Amino acid sequence: MTDTSKRPSLIGRNLLAGAEPDVAGDAGHEDHPPRVGFFTDTSVCIGCKACEVACKEWNAIPEDGLDFTGMSFDNTQGLSASTWRHVAFIEQNKPLGRAETGVDHGDVDVLALAAQGSGTPVQEAAITPTSPASPSADGQNGLRWLMSSDVCKHCTHAACLDVCPTGALFRTEFGTVVVQDDVCNGCGYCVPACPYGVIDVRPEDGGAHKCTLCYDRLGAGQEPACAKACPTDSIQFGPLDGLRERAAARVEELHRVGVEDARLYGHDPEDGVGGDGAFFLLLDEPEVYGLPPDPVVTTRDLPSMWRHAGAAALTLLGGVAAVFAAQAGVSGRRTGRRR
Amino acid sequence: MGVRTWIQEWPVYRQLTGSDPLGRGAATTSAATREQRPRTVTADKVVKSVCPYCAVGCAQNVYVKDDRVVQIEGDPDSPVSRGRLCPKGSASLQLTTGESRRHEVLYRRPYGTEWERLDLDTAMDMVVERVIRTRREGWQWERDGVSVNRTLGIASLGGATLDNEENYLIKKLLTGLGVIQVENQARVCHSSTVAGLGTSFGRGGATTFLQDLQNADCIVIEGSNFAEAHPVGFQWVMEAKARGAKVIHVDPRFSRTSALADLYVPIRAGTDIAFLGGIINHVLTGGHDFRDYVLEYTNAATIVGEDFEDTEDLAGIFSGLDPETGHYSISTWAYEGGEVQAPQGTPDELYEDRTRRDASLSSAASSESHGSGGAPTSAQVPTDRTLRHPRCVYQILKRHFSRYTPEMVEETCGIPQDTFLEVCHALVENSGPDRTSEFVYAVGWTQHTVGAQYIRTASILQLLLGNIGRPGGGIQALRGHASIQGSSDIPTLFNVLPGYIPMPHAHAHEDLDTFVEAMKTDKGFWGEMRSYVVSLLKAYFGDAARADNDYCFGHLPRLTGSHSTYHTVKEMLDGVCKGYFLMGENPAVGSANTKMQRLGMANLDWLVVRDFSLIESATWWQDGPEIETGELRTEDIATEVFFFPAAAHTEKSGSFTNTNRMLQWHFAAKEPDGEARSDLWFMYHLGRRIKERLKDSTDPMDRPVQDLAWSYPTEGPLDEPSAEAILAEINGRDARGAPLSAYTQLKDDGSTSCGCWIYCGVYADGVNQAARRKPHTEQDWVAAEWAWAWPANRRILYNRASADPDGKPWSERKALVWWDADQERWTGHDVPDFIPDRAPSYRPPEDARGPDALSGVDPFIMQADGKGWLYAPAGLVDGPMPTHYEPQDSPVRNPLHPEQQRNPVREVISDEHNAFHPSGGEPGSEVFPYMITTYRLTEHFTAGGMSRWTPYLAELQPEFFCEVSPELAAERHLEHTGWATLVSARGVIEARVMVTERMSPIRAGGRTVHQIGLPYHWGPNGYTRGDAANELSAIALDPNVHIQEVKALSADIRPGRRPRGPKLTALLEDYRRRAGITPRTGTEVRG
Repeated sequence: MTDTSKRPSLIGRNLLAGAEPDVAGDAGHEDHPPRVGFFTDTSVCIGCKACEVACKEWNAIPEDGLDFTGMSFDNTQGLSASTWRHVAFIEQNKPLGRAETGVDHGDVDVLALAAQGSGTPVQEAAITPTSPASPSADGQNGLRWLMSSDVCKHCTHAACLDVCPTGALFRTEFGTVVVQDDVCNGCGYCVPACPYGVIDVRPEDGGAHKCTLCYDRLGAGQEPACAKACPTDSIQFGPLDGLRERAAARVEELHRVGVEDARLYGHDPEDGVGGDGAFFLLLDEPEVYGLPPDPVVTTRDLPSMWRHAGAAALTLLGGVAAVFAAQAGVSGRRTGRRR
Repeated sequence: MGVRTWIQEWPVYRQLTGSDPLGRGAATTSAATREQRPRTVTADKVVKSVCPYCAVGCAQNVYVKDDRVVQIEGDPDSPVSRGRLCPKGSASLQLTTGESRRHEVLYRRPYGTEWERLDLDTAMDMVVERVIRTRREGWQWERDGVSVNRTLGIASLGGATLDNEENYLIKKLLTGLGVIQVENQARVCHSSTVAGLGTSFGRGGATTFLQDLQNADCIVIEGSNFAEAHPVGFQWVMEAKARGAKVIHVDPRFSRTSALADLYVPIRAGTDIAFLGGIINHVLTGGHDFRDYVLEYTNAATIVGEDFEDTEDLAGIFSGLDPETGHYSISTWAYEGGEVQAPQGTPDELYEDRTRRDASLSSAASSESHGSGGAPTSAQVPTDRTLRHPRCVYQILKRHFSRYTPEMVEETCGIPQDTFLEVCHALVENSGPDRTSEFVYAVGWTQHTVGAQYIRTASILQLLLGNIGRPGGGIQALRGHASIQGSSDIPTLFNVLPGYIPMPHAHAHEDLDTFVEAMKTDKGFWGEMRSYVVSLLKAYFGDAARADNDYCFGHLPRLTGSHSTYHTVKEMLDGVCKGYFLMGENPAVGSANTKMQRLGMANLDWLVVRDFSLIESATWWQDGPEIETGELRTEDIATEVFFFPAAAHTEKSGSFTNTNRMLQWHFAAKEPDGEARSDLWFMYHLGRRIKERLKDSTDPMDRPVQDLAWSYPTEGPLDEPSAEAILAEINGRDARGAPLSAYTQLKDDGSTSCGCWIYCGVYADGVNQAARRKPHTEQDWVAAEWAWAWPANRRILYNRASADPDGKPWSERKALVWWDADQERWTGHDVPDFIPDRAPSYRPPEDARGPDALSGVDPFIMQADGKGWLYAPAGLVDGPMPTHYEPQDSPVRNPLHPEQQRNPVREVISDEHNAFHPSGGEPGSEVFPYMITTYRLTEHFTAGGMSRWTPYLAELQPEFFCEVSPELAAERHLEHTGWATLVSARGVIEARVMVTERMSPIRAGGRTVHQIGLPYHWGPNGYTRGDAANELSAIALDPNVHIQEVKALSADIRPGRRPRGPKLTALLEDYRRRAGITPRTGTEVRG
């Protein structure tokens, strides 16, 4: 529990970017439980997609299409209003467990790729695996197959929430971000606001939908359906502080055994979204998994934008006032003249 | 709502007055949000259950609200699954409550073009009438002058997805009716496991349990796509990996299992014996065997008779082959001075020898006449403990595998020598007193014409390395249906009775005593076979089974050869088999040569299909591939088809036996809807109605039915028979009707009854031990108080071998059970798999029999000599040791034995629709230049009946595809995500193309071999549809167990979609003509 008496005042702070230690408290939840989240350790993911199904079963999300994509075993293609967990599959010509670091993706438009998730059509994919590549010179394939279950990041600074005009999106007492179906009017402002392309509007019901981190289950002390199902504990659920510690130790362990590619993604409270509530251990650059390399909350610049807009408005107003003032003088003079 | 409340509910009011001035959290919550509670909390009750998909046996909690199942998720208390579920388990809510399930009985009349409705009661009566009629018309009293008491007119298939209790009633009723063609998925999946492990160690089940994987130092997964087919079980591999174990995956395909391995070893499909044989050679030539273990606990020192000749001496065959019949006479394989029985596998092979009272055969092995006794005990078999005798098993083994060099492995399997040696070193370094290695396999090993020998090869290797019966060691046979282990133990299989008691073959003047004499062993617990058989007959025939009528032994129908599901198909085509029950199995997709399956069914009088949805095996008469090509016309098909909707696992109580012999009870959460019924209900009421019709019959053929004990209490509005009452009958009772607690209590005088002797104890003290659910968090890692495992709740079999000959653990690190000298008992973490008070120093007297003949150093208590068998003198019909042979259809010439391409005694069924390919460079073999291997995906289940109709699973893998390498794609102009047509001599199918580097061409046999991966889940019905991979496969069988070869077969692939209609048959004909295929192609014994 957070001691609310010591909470700093909201006034004068930038609540749209930067570090934010008490995200639930600042959203008005007094005596709230610790912030919870997901740590998805992709180094033990077996790509079974239990998370996708467990999520759909629990949340009664409709099946959304029988598309054979050819994107390795990824026929889900990405997160959407009807897919709140998505397992990406990346086949790479890299030795197992001895992955090289510092692969240059400089020639790849990663942001464009990220927007498409791993559902990039084969012919357009620069780093997508199933596009046939020739074997190495010695004829040996040092192949590895990365799998990673993606989900809503439950950002510390959630632009979807910030832009929601109806209050449908809200910050829960657990620090997660949830859409209230009975409030959402389907305006869709949240869709472009999300720096990860997570939230979307479902055409069938006109509402915006995304992962709730099983808000209803959390309230009853139960873990989210995906984390509960995950056969290898690739998806771990718990208080965010504990998860961050566990994740740091896991990266260290992997580095120790030679998996130098291991790195965390979304764990850093100082990053562009103030750290993710759902963060990841990856074995390659984020863009390889269809994740933006350096996401920034799209509302980060709102204060300065408002400041500029305000200044502009003031300037405008001043100008107008000046014009009126000048006008008044002129008319006075005119009056005087008339007088 | 008052105005005040209404205002206070207004978010803006709350925003202005509360703690959330920005209105981004507390202030904006709606009443619905604040009041929502999960349905796991609001449920009326939580019912304990078990996942109905694979055999990991994940525990489930089923949440019920208003008599509806509202949620199914993992039970965290389970020591196996720890609350986790794979996508299929997670989809079981949709499976059981989704719209794809049928709840009405349907009927297709002869020559009918549409389904009609039929009410359940009428349908049951019609089936009763047909069973009685077909049975009467097809009754055989005798065959070739020998009594058989049976009908070949009726067959049944399915059981692995059903409860043990359901399997018990199916086998009991059908056996009482004289039906012998009773089969299930175990035949096509793991029958070779029973033969392979059974002859090696004495029992046909996995030697260990899933959680024990965490104790392994090295895990070799071969012939298994572990992570995909058994995802939740794979957590124990990850546990081992986290503790530093090396994980190796050997497979033709780089799968999701390979992705998590430390080392992936690509192998040419169908060459695992060469690979494992290479490791055996490495171990033997390098002296890396665990010598103390090998010497004491295996038959390494035993001397083999002089008449034995090896494949190395006879150009690829063993002594005793009859090239005309394609059968071995196994007598020359015997130990010196006498034969020894292997009750598992094919014990009838030695029937004549063992029952002959005055035999005088010339061969040394069988020349002994044994009087009323059987084979001599092992004490009389000569041994050489120096292991130097040229005919001792150790030396024979060494010679047999001496040509399995790294070079030969490379040439045969396509595995580079350094990779091969890396595996050898990993295994050797991680075996011995302080370390253990475990092998894990599944149907990648079993489904071959030499399937049983694949498993034998691994058994030999694990015995040499001293890894059997020890923590982190053993051989894990991963089974793929919820109760496929159970449907082998309480078999719906033609050749065994419950507890692996062989079904009697037809022999002149056979009575109970001669049968037992032929089958039992003189040493070990199979020596008590008479008690097991008499107690079973008491369970089957109740009071009618008396000493003066041989306990109704004569009521049992008799076998004449193989009556496997594949031979039954042939009987259908020949018009002998007229009626067929399909209970949760879909042979029109899942069995080899699906065309023959359908043509067989089209020749039936009647077919009963019990399933959730209208699977392909129920609708082939309407929309099957033969209707499309015009080979069959619906209006011409006379088969009557009954469709009965089946109850789901949530709608019935019963037990599943998981992959590690553990019986877990699942409770009914609700009654089934509509006309859906459990198979227990169906079999019980079918039997009740049949018995009612025949109760006044004076026809002697009806006597077994009349005598069948068939009174079970029923409960509930649907008159569901009590599954627990049936479990109690399976467990067994003493003369006073009290439940037995161990099979050692069974008597051969009719005073005890027991429906399955190895399950005796599951209802000890009148308590359903399978329903025990003590959380794993409150137990040690063995979790002995969770459910119940056969035999006697042991989790690691042969665990006497975890201690040295003196009874001390080989090392502290690998301690499991040990001899407590103070208490004079065996003790430890697991239930000792040994006679509890038999001291390590005990040596039996010469005349000891049965369990009394076991010495203190005989860990394999079911074996005729108490030893693990490096060399199998009996039990298998295709050799005492494994030899590499090429698959039935292979483009590669056998590099090891160029003069013997295939297993000489494999079974091939001759039929115009079952043509084989020219092989190994023969003219025409170039027409089918590529190798196919079939496999499972995580997202689907077997022949698709439980996954293709489930939208949440269908969308994850929405289309049938083939996996090909970029090189093959280039060679055949295949486009990624485009279409390909695949052709064999049996069929033509189309699939979407998945070009991936995970498939890599292999250099073997002096050529490049391209391999193609085909998931076998699809068929033309369901929510996701596609062609069935098994249209391509042939009925070519392992001779021991009649399992089909679908893990390696040759084929052609070409770009584009397949032709439709008659053009498809024309393309097939064209391929056969170009390859020069005749009815004799590929059927030769030698060559």
